[in-house]
Amino acid sequence: MSFDLNFIGILIGAIMASSVPLILAASGELITERSGVLNLGVEGMMIIGAISGFALMVITDNLFLAVIGSMLSGLIISIIFGVLTQSLLTNHVATGLALTIFGIGMSAMIGKNFVGIPGKEFPLLFVNLKENVPFLGPILFGHSIILYFAFLLPFLTNYFLKKTKIGLIIRAVGDSPTSASNQGINVTLVRYSCILYGGAMCGLAGAYLSLIYTPQWIENMTGGRGWIALALVVFATWSPIKVLIGALIFGGITILQLHMQAVGLRIPVQLLSALPYIMTIIVLVVISRDSRKIKLNTPTSLGQIFYKEK
Amino acid sequence: MYKNFLRYIISVLFLLGVSGQANADFKVGFVYVGPTGDHGWTYQHDEGRKAVEAAGIKTTYVESVPEGADAERVIRQLAQSGHDLIFTTSFGYMDPTNKVAKDFPNVKFEHATGYKREHSNVSTYSARFYEGRTLLGHMAGKMTKTNVIGYIASFPIPEVIRGINAMTLAAQKVNPDIKTKIVWVFTWYDPGKESEAAQALIDQGADVIMQHTDSTAPVQVAEKAGVWSFGQASDMQRFAPKSILTSIIDDWAPYYVERSIAARDGTWKQQDTWHGLKEGMVAMAPYNSAMGSDLVKEVEQLQKDLASGKTHSFTGPIYDQKGNILVAEGSVADDGMLAGMNVYVKGVEGDIPQ
Repeated sequence: MSFDLNFIGILIGAIMASSVPLILAASGELITERSGVLNLGVEGMMIIGAISGFALMVITDNLFLAVIGSMLSGLIISIIFGVLTQSLLTNHVATGLALTIFGIGMSAMIGKNFVGIPGKEFPLLFVNLKENVPFLGPILFGHSIILYFAFLLPFLTNYFLKKTKIGLIIRAVGDSPTSASNQGINVTLVRYSCILYGGAMCGLAGAYLSLIYTPQWIENMTGGRGWIALALVVFATWSPIKVLIGALIFGGITILQLHMQAVGLRIPVQLLSALPYIMTIIVLVVISRDSRKIKLNTPTSLGQIFYKEK
Repeated sequence: MYKNFLRYIISVLFLLGVSGQANADFKVGFVYVGPTGDHGWTYQHDEGRKAVEAAGIKTTYVESVPEGADAERVIRQLAQSGHDLIFTTSFGYMDPTNKVAKDFPNVKFEHATGYKREHSNVSTYSARFYEGRTLLGHMAGKMTKTNVIGYIASFPIPEVIRGINAMTLAAQKVNPDIKTKIVWVFTWYDPGKESEAAQALIDQGADVIMQHTDSTAPVQVAEKAGVWSFGQASDMQRFAPKSILTSIIDDWAPYYVERSIAARDGTWKQQDTWHGLKEGMVAMAPYNSAMGSDLVKEVEQLQKDLASGKTHSFTGPIYDQKGNILVAEGSVADDGMLAGMNVYVKGVEGDIPQ
């Protein structure tokens, strides 16, 4: 492995690109969970976003519409989850699992006609700076607008939850829906909004895969990333910044283990393949040891059905 | 009375249905490891299936069947639902195929790329893809500037190792300085992972990329990075028009048609088929003129020699990584050795994952 700075820069750039879908989906799910709703349908909403984005790109030839459309479709499919869990009071876990299965099947069906069509080039920003600035160039420049948004999102989410009134309301609803409701907060409305937001972010995460990362439609192309995003939220103890750290570690070790193989390091390949999972859990557990903070961040009513007695 | 009559009618209809299936409706089933739209391995098998259909034989297929417990369920399901001949088209279906074959002695089974024929109703077939890999190695050795060839490998099975060895031997012949770098992704089909692997190899200095996985993602990465690549299983040229030098094409259609007709007419017999460039089961997509007309001519000649048997991909002397002799000077590797190949030849870096 050559260890010059520029190479490390390229490596970090690649790691950032691979963690984007995790950051987007996990940040969306984090808001949903903070309001007390456990939506296990992340994978399903992502894959629906992926096919919708790609299909719209092929049909309209407009990448902007494709990205917006993927968010809308993630949002629309999350409405199903919202109606079932918030209005019909079904079990969150079962409904979320059903949503994932539904999303995977549905996307495969829609996607039949879009298989094997090459994707369109997604515009990357500051490409000439990427090539001309050593080390920092490949890290900071030459990415898609969605990547920049993804890296801003955890900080925005953190600010939103901690410093704004709406953020406070969401946390209140997640911690004690009964008290919040007694204060005159419309718990169902807040939870609906958070579910829809989570859906839109998952849709965007899917579109990143089908439009930018591997620009084509392939059945089941999310490859379990939705589940990893879900796990990240829990292991990051519902802290947006730790979600970002976890996503980067996971993406980082995924890429690094491929490099270690290419270099020919004599480590069993199976162990290398398992490393991203093991390391992400270890690091997140270690950085989230403070039990007082965990209590502060954990939405106490997570996954519990709430209904207002009339 | 009325109820009994109904029962009678239903059982008669049922019996008619069963006997009808056995005689009139000859059906062939296919089990695929990826989606038919992968534009690689499964796509080519499905082209073969379409040829069978065009020959007037009814076919069905099940796609994206994981190699494992699911596979047995799907194969059993096909056997139960009146299919007379079933093609299982991935190495990992080997044990499930033989297991189901035991329970359905009247159904014929054809397993691709495997070696187990435990029951008289199981045949195996494969193509000598390694002949194509020899051509790829020749081109890679000539085209590389960095002398690093990147290889995306799926699973450590003889089929894949044979390809790595054949490619490396041919590349060494034209360029003794080349190094083969291998990344194992442990999947046949995961575009995200395949493209990450391709990018890692390119970042590690490889300027020629080849894959033993099925999606078009690696060639697209190569196209973007401006390095050379080779298509896998079908002609992937339109996904990377500048980068692809050629593709190894699997042409299953003639075999599928021949075997389906044999099964229908009752002349099907157990056999083990291993066809290559000579029979056309392995074919090469048009060569990219970017490699220069001299090299194209060279490769075309080599292709002819491989097809005629004048040249063999594994001609001695061949050494393993430790320098022990595998094939003596002047002789060629026999099919038994090729079928069970589980060591790297000299010049390949790293260990085979166990």
